Amino acid sequence: MTLENSDYIIEAEGLQVFYGASHVLHGVDFSVKRGETVSLMGRNGMGKTTTLRSMLGFVPPKEGRVKLFGCDVTGARPFNVIKRHLAYVPEGRGMFHNLSVREHLEMPARPAMDGTWRWNFDRVMDTFPRLSERLNHMGSQLSGGEQQMLAIGRALMTNPELLILDEATEGLAPLIREEIWRIINIIKNDGISTIIVDKNIGPILDMADRNVILVKGNIVFEGSSDDLRANPDILARNIGV
Amino acid sequence: MYNTPRPISLLLGFLLCVLAFYPLYGDLVFGSKASFFMSKLTTIVIFAILAMSLDLLVGITGLVSMGHALFFGLAGYVLALASPEYEAASIWYILPLVLLCCAALGAVVAFLTIKTSGIYFIMVTLAFGQMGFYFFNDAEFSGGSDGMYIMLKPDVSLGGIQLLNLDEKQTLYYLSLACMVFVYMVLRMILRSAFGQVLIGIHANEHRVKAIGYNTANYKIVSFVIAATLAGLAGFLAASQYGFVNPSQMGWHTSGYALMMVIMGGAGTIFGPAIGAFVFEILHYVFESFTDHWLMLMGAVMICVVLFLPNGIGGALLSLVQKKETTGEKNDG
Repeated sequence: MTLENSDYIIEAEGLQVFYGASHVLHGVDFSVKRGETVSLMGRNGMGKTTTLRSMLGFVPPKEGRVKLFGCDVTGARPFNVIKRHLAYVPEGRGMFHNLSVREHLEMPARPAMDGTWRWNFDRVMDTFPRLSERLNHMGSQLSGGEQQMLAIGRALMTNPELLILDEATEGLAPLIREEIWRIINIIKNDGISTIIVDKNIGPILDMADRNVILVKGNIVFEGSSDDLRANPDILARNIGV
Repeated sequence: MYNTPRPISLLLGFLLCVLAFYPLYGDLVFGSKASFFMSKLTTIVIFAILAMSLDLLVGITGLVSMGHALFFGLAGYVLALASPEYEAASIWYILPLVLLCCAALGAVVAFLTIKTSGIYFIMVTLAFGQMGFYFFNDAEFSGGSDGMYIMLKPDVSLGGIQLLNLDEKQTLYYLSLACMVFVYMVLRMILRSAFGQVLIGIHANEHRVKAIGYNTANYKIVSFVIAATLAGLAGFLAASQYGFVNPSQMGWHTSGYALMMVIMGGAGTIFGPAIGAFVFEILHYVFESFTDHWLMLMGAVMICVVLFLPNGIGGALLSLVQKKETTGEKNDG
């Protein structure tokens, strides 16, 4: 199977992850198809970020397998996983205090899997007009919302097949949060597969094709947004909303 | 962002002009001592190259090396050992050979040390530097602690025509000055490239650079090799100037002085460590004329720099210019 032909971008099977003696993931199965937007929900400490970090190689699973475009990448180092057309926007944004906005965007730029540049500097500027006014500012001189936009813009400059957003709207003002959701919608409409980890259930349900709920390292629900809306007790029981 | 502001570029241009005109008009200011000061300036310019090469590691990539003088000293030994006994070595083979040896050793040291970080990286690079020191200090073929003489300086001829005579102080001075400008330009070019931006990113947050999909270890190794090669260039010039090489040139003292120049000048600014080399060596000369314990006075200066100019002279200059620009923009607004 060639990379281009696989239906699944990423597949994780039976992930068992430990932090020391603490058993964090208990056989998690998780996958994302091409063009699919999947939400990963759960209360704090349930294993959402660990699932992402484990799939990306930051925390190697003790058991289980991770496949990327059908190829086994279990145990591969993070940069070897991510450079295969994934983009990860981690919690906390991760600005480089000594790089300007322009340099943040130029540094990771690379073409898509098919060699095209669907996302380039000009398109990112059009999508994030606020950043175009701050091109010479350093990463640390931006507001929280601008930093988050830059983090997403930086990820898009890698022309990814799969964008992973971990708590992209955390700690942002409501208006800025709306702006971030608008941008995520543009990304979805552009056909980029997305994994969204967030605590704002409303926008997630509007956006996601499939939702996965984690409780104590186990998947307790997997289904559509309509299923969740029809069964609000699932959200109440597992997320507390 | 590593664009040098215009006022600082003008200042650097002015200082470079002063250095370029020194051999022509130096005797008007210093009289009979002008020749001595030209030798001193040559040494300072060579240390400026060493300090700038170390800045690529310390200020740009975030790797604090305490063994950088290993490559400075190695260059001298390669020059001494590979030169024919009774004739001058041609610069067209000896210089590439020297740089190649430094790059090769740099690659080996980098490969073995790059997985470490922080205090462990400092300790491991220090250990490599001291291994080099004791290897040449105890080896008979390299003259032990006395070192080796380079009787005939490298020959710069093309087609039988001598282009440069490195026995002339002035020629060596201008060659060193040209190399300093060349190294500065190379480092600026690196900083402006995508490769340089990754190095800057590694310094700020290596974990995030990995999360963008870069193999940071490879980038750090290349950075280390470039720094080692440029330190080798400085070592080649130093050995050509002194006419000898001894183990102390690769000892931890030399590495420490280079690090002090970087800190004094401002790590991560590239031009700052060059200024740091000038300030350090001028203070060295002045303090030494007062007392043999010049390092005590230098230590006091270093404490003052760390307390009052935490970003070094270069960092202070940049802040000053940025502050003026901000004030100007506000007034315009």
